[in-house]
Amino acid sequence: MAVDKFLVEASHIMMFARSVADANPIYYDADYAKTTEPGSIVAPPTFAQSSAQFDPDYFLRPKIGEPWFGSGKEPTGVPPKSGSGGGSGGGGGGLHAEQHFEYHRHLKPGDVLSAEVKPGKSWEKESKRAGKLMFSETVTEYRDQNGELVITATGVGVRTERPVDQ
Amino acid sequence: MALNAADLNVGDTYTETLVENLSRTQIVQYAGASGDYNPLHTDEIYTTKVAGYPTVFAHGMLTMGMTGRMLTNYVGDGRLMKYGVRFTNQVWPGDSLNSTATVEDVADGVVKLNVQTVNQDGTVVLSGYAEARVD
Repeated sequence: MAVDKFLVEASHIMMFARSVADANPIYYDADYAKTTEPGSIVAPPTFAQSSAQFDPDYFLRPKIGEPWFGSGKEPTGVPPKSGSGGGSGGGGGGLHAEQHFEYHRHLKPGDVLSAEVKPGKSWEKESKRAGKLMFSETVTEYRDQNGELVITATGVGVRTERPVDQ
Repeated sequence: MALNAADLNVGDTYTETLVENLSRTQIVQYAGASGDYNPLHTDEIYTTKVAGYPTVFAHGMLTMGMTGRMLTNYVGDGRLMKYGVRFTNQVWPGDSLNSTATVEDVADGVVKLNVQTVNQDGTVVLSGYAEARVD
């Protein structure tokens, strides 16, 4: 996700840690965090994914005043848009296939990140459970307020020909 | 509480229960925190009637996030250098997940781990690797 300004904040880290059921006090308690090796609150390992919150165009968030493809009166508000790989898959048959993070340093409250997205490889595969699979990779480089590379994230999205057989 | 290289052997394992009886509400919580509001994860009507799945299912990144908790509990805070996964099967409401890290190599102050998360039927839902600094 391309993002100009991703503010890393303690309250967001708290909410994110709760959402992945992680009770480690380093994500909640600044006084406790001072006694740990990192010496401050840090972000959980997959927190960078929540940069989606700061992407003005992120297609998996309803936009104010615009129709949304989830249900309302009808099962869908609008036909799903096609999504790019990487993020969390997409509507209409898009799924998240792989995610990789390389940590150059760990994020902490007060960091102001920017993210640049570079397209990666794309490839196809045939599967018994979902027909033709179309994979596409994106590489996101997160840099901090000093321009230093802090996280390299590689996502692979897959669009399936049909829903995955259960 | 970081790991000490001298105490680690290839084949050592560390396991945690990630979740028992995953609730739809936890999936909603993850959607809110991460900003990924794909209705496949929270909107039963869209998911069954439009997308053609039996019910909503968890974000892969929720499973990766919970598995990351197992890893940081094992290797210590701020120690991860790399963490990557493939999502091999969907995770559904009601699932219970266990996650295991297995030591594959220890050298030059770095432990390499194989990471696997399985559901209550033993089906692998996430398969990957991690590298962390050790003392």
